[in-house]
Amino acid sequence: MSEQPERPLPEDKPLEIAGKVYNSRLLVGTGKYRDLSETGHAIETSGAEIVTFAVRRTNLGQNPDEPSLLDVVSPNSYTMLPNTAGCYTAKDAIRTCKLARELLDGHDLVKLEVLGEEKTLYPNMTETLVAAEALIKDGFQVMVYCSDDPLLAKRLEEMGCIAIMPLGAPIGSGLGIQNRYNIRLIVENARVPVLVDAGVGTASDATLAMELGCDGVLMNTAIAQAQDPIRMARAMRLAIESGRHAYLAGRMPKKLYASASSPLDGTFF
Amino acid sequence: MQIQVNGESMEFGEGATISDLIQRMALEGKRLAVEVNEDIVPRSEHPSFSLSDGDRVEVVHAIGGG
Repeated sequence: MSEQPERPLPEDKPLEIAGKVYNSRLLVGTGKYRDLSETGHAIETSGAEIVTFAVRRTNLGQNPDEPSLLDVVSPNSYTMLPNTAGCYTAKDAIRTCKLARELLDGHDLVKLEVLGEEKTLYPNMTETLVAAEALIKDGFQVMVYCSDDPLLAKRLEEMGCIAIMPLGAPIGSGLGIQNRYNIRLIVENARVPVLVDAGVGTASDATLAMELGCDGVLMNTAIAQAQDPIRMARAMRLAIESGRHAYLAGRMPKKLYASASSPLDGTFF
Repeated sequence: MQIQVNGESMEFGEGATISDLIQRMALEGKRLAVEVNEDIVPRSEHPSFSLSDGDRVEVVHAIGGG
């Protein structure tokens, strides 16, 4: 039997986003937790270094002594990634990014997401392209939530987006990576980091994304809505590391039939 | 004069500034961002930026989200 020619192993490049190198390839959201204390604890356990959050109106007449998200998840400890969740037009997304930049004293890293419809929260790519162009022109560093179309992903990269973040399944669905082939193609073509953003439901989903060669995974609901979010945060940290190692190790080729693991030489029967 | 703050109407005296508005909302010292008629007003300009009748002001902050 002829051996398969060995494929070169993938290069172990560190995850670099906007000029900064990160040890963790898990990015997390801050929504849907029971309270801020659980948010802080889960994020710490996840080992994530990049944390995404939303920008919303302050409530009139709210308790002024109430702790805020940024008290628990401090911009001094984490790279803050404001997102444009809830925006359905390029205009709203651009406004949100500008407010976020003011909120974070000029920090210009953003997660752009322009949604198309409520049922699937699938990205509206036409508006996403418009917003990305305007934001990049305005000096923002754009990580972009997008569909899994390899050509659109490449186009976003060529426009100057610093990370491409296709969905693996609809936001908050927990369905896992439904589009392995497309994710694989996007990874293969990209020269900027590719992160699966949305769709992960449990640890094996995150591992699979990493085994496909993704540079990282962004998730929120899979941790926040687990029955024990702190333990799931730990599971996700390990799953991401595990998948990364498996990708770098180069898995064995699949075979149709068995191949004995123990030698046949020296058998006494 | 009437100012729309986060979609609700508020009454202010002539010459009120954004700093006055933030004080009225009991949000002094909080990390927030302010937009007047869809333009950002940088934090450094809050004490000097005078509001005008009919201005639409948005005061936003960071909250949990994915």
